[in-house]
Amino acid sequence: MRHLAWQSVLALVLCLAGAAMLPLADAVSALPFTVGQTAAVELLLLASVFVSVSGINPLGGAIFLFLAVHIAAFTLVGGIAGNEGGARLSFFLLLAAAWLLAWRLNVLISGLKAGSRGARNFQRLIVPTLFGVWILILWEGITRGAGVPFVLLPPPTSIAVRFANSLPILGADLVQTVFKAVVAGYVIGCGAGFIVAILADRVPFLRKGMLPIGNVVSALPIIGIAPIMVMWFGFDWPSKAAVVVVMTFFPMLVNTVAGLAASGHMERDLMRTYASNYWQTLFKLRLPAAAPFIFNALKINSTLALIGAIVAEFFGTPIVGMGFRISTEVGRMNIDMVWAEIAVAAIAGSIFYGVVALVERAVTFWHPSVRGG
Amino acid sequence: MNVSAAAASANDVGRGAATMSSGQTVVSARGLSLVFDTNDGPVNALADIDLDVGKGEFVSFIGPSGCGKTTFLRVIADLEKPTAGTISVNGMTPQQAREKRAYGYVFQAAGLFPWRTIERNVTLPLEIMGYSRAERAERLHRTLELVNLTGFEKKFPWQLSGGMQQRASIARALAFDADLLLMDEPFGALDEIVRDHLNSQLLELWARTTKTICFVTHSIPEAVYLSTKIVVMSPRPGRVTDVIQSTLPKERPLDIRETPEFLEIAHRVRDGLRAGHSYED
Ligand SMILES: Nc1ncnc2c1ncn2[C@@H]1O[C@H](COP(=O)(O)OP(=O)(O)OP(=O)(O)O)[C@@H](O)[C@H]1O
Ligand SMILES: [Mg+2]
Repeated sequence: MRHLAWQSVLALVLCLAGAAMLPLADAVSALPFTVGQTAAVELLLLASVFVSVSGINPLGGAIFLFLAVHIAAFTLVGGIAGNEGGARLSFFLLLAAAWLLAWRLNVLISGLKAGSRGARNFQRLIVPTLFGVWILILWEGITRGAGVPFVLLPPPTSIAVRFANSLPILGADLVQTVFKAVVAGYVIGCGAGFIVAILADRVPFLRKGMLPIGNVVSALPIIGIAPIMVMWFGFDWPSKAAVVVVMTFFPMLVNTVAGLAASGHMERDLMRTYASNYWQTLFKLRLPAAAPFIFNALKINSTLALIGAIVAEFFGTPIVGMGFRISTEVGRMNIDMVWAEIAVAAIAGSIFYGVVALVERAVTFWHPSVRGG
Repeated sequence: MNVSAAAASANDVGRGAATMSSGQTVVSARGLSLVFDTNDGPVNALADIDLDVGKGEFVSFIGPSGCGKTTFLRVIADLEKPTAGTISVNGMTPQQAREKRAYGYVFQAAGLFPWRTIERNVTLPLEIMGYSRAERAERLHRTLELVNLTGFEKKFPWQLSGGMQQRASIARALAFDADLLLMDEPFGALDEIVRDHLNSQLLELWARTTKTICFVTHSIPEAVYLSTKIVVMSPRPGRVTDVIQSTLPKERPLDIRETPEFLEIAHRVRDGLRAGHSYED
């Protein structure tokens, strides 16, 4: 039984329309697509359409589709380099057809029945990877094909080239901003928030005075204190760490206090029947029950800390740091360098968040939200 | 008026029972009252309770919802403070008794900690009370055997059925040497068959040890089957309306519940419950 997926049908229509409106591009400087390249793209896409609707051998079909679609896409995107702004409608129609077929490919892969555990993991990984890769392919194809001005949005390949050529600078910025300011500020801010939360739990006066302030302050745009911190702690990373401390302190405080109140009455009564003292109840009942709240704060703070450190550097730093680089390179119109820094920030932020989330899963394995899924 | 008379006679019976067993009184309440201050005005949860529980007795508390059964157990456990009257536990104030770890309390819900395995839930009180590692292991083994949970040491509570969780919470209350066991509807959420099984296991346990048990239930057959003494309560304000001394032998097979003697006691309990209700109107 074969059924016609709408992606395949639409891809076929786009292929034919694209073929009717050839050539793919006007020559701007370099040689645009040769006849052979154009024919190869058309043929690969048409063959992919055929394979995707024929339903022969799901695994083999998926592999063929994968190769054909991506060779076609790379030929398209590669050929337009040097002819920025020269693409004609035909180019975009074929790019869209390739994208639809890749979508179809993803559907096919999701539908494959993976036998082994490794195959299942591979399957789980390849679908989002293809999704991400296609965002880059479309970004590349559209910026180059339509000739989007470089300062508005550089194509990903230029960013990648700049990234690869600036590794020492990017590395130094990463060390300055993440490994000094963010890590120090995050550890001190979260640690202080946690300790003050426990103090506030013991001392009612602190709880009554501190919590309303904490709730208000954690909603304020604290980043505004960055210039003041520069005056207090100097230009180097300690002033950035101080901003991060202030930014992460209150979410941790508020969440930990809420978490300490999260254990049930019955569980607390139970500890009372054992004549358990304050610290025993704290460590054996209340802190474990508060763990989901505390990890929530740790995750929020991992994002806040990175934002805080980068933005704080806009207000004066020595000549190194991710925020410093972004603000100066934007002034020099080196937008690809700005994007390279953004890529570093995205990677560092994802790893940071991912590590915290992994530790959370390990520690709060018992929580319904974790053990359920 | 007949109520205070019943309570007074209850006292006599209670003392008689206490003398009968070993002469020691474990719980003794005199004129005990408790008023909760709520936003909608005061709630009389307990009013003028006189009651003695002798050592080795199995006392059931039965009565309609809201009559103060849980509250009375919580007063014994020093989880609530009475507003009038006196109560002593093992001859001490409830607070001293609690600090001496004189009782184990089984709550209406299992209340196991989801981050601890069954093993570590059961040994939780032992950890807090500073038992050695070897002693913890030995007691864990013994109490899990008692409630038929051997082999489930490494499971987490959420991997067990409700009945198994409840048994684990009983094991937890039995793990340390408290002579007094306070149980608040421990089998309330369980099906009839599991309940029968746990009832006979509990009786067996009680017969083997010298524990005193205060047991809250909504079920008349359960109360009659288990108890040496049944305390019937009525609501608003919570009072003791009748105290029935069981005449059943200590050895109780499950089918004792069809004997005339059993049915007669059950009948008296039902009458007591009805009287409590009509008093309210
Ligand atoms: N913490 C509290 N604050 C205010 N009122 C309470 C509190 N605890 C119990 N009460 C009230 O005291 C009365 C007795 O409650 P209790 O829980 O002892 O009843 P119960 O006999 O155990 O009922 P059930 O069989 O439903 O468990 C009820 O009217 C209840 O509303
Ligand atoms: Mg109750």
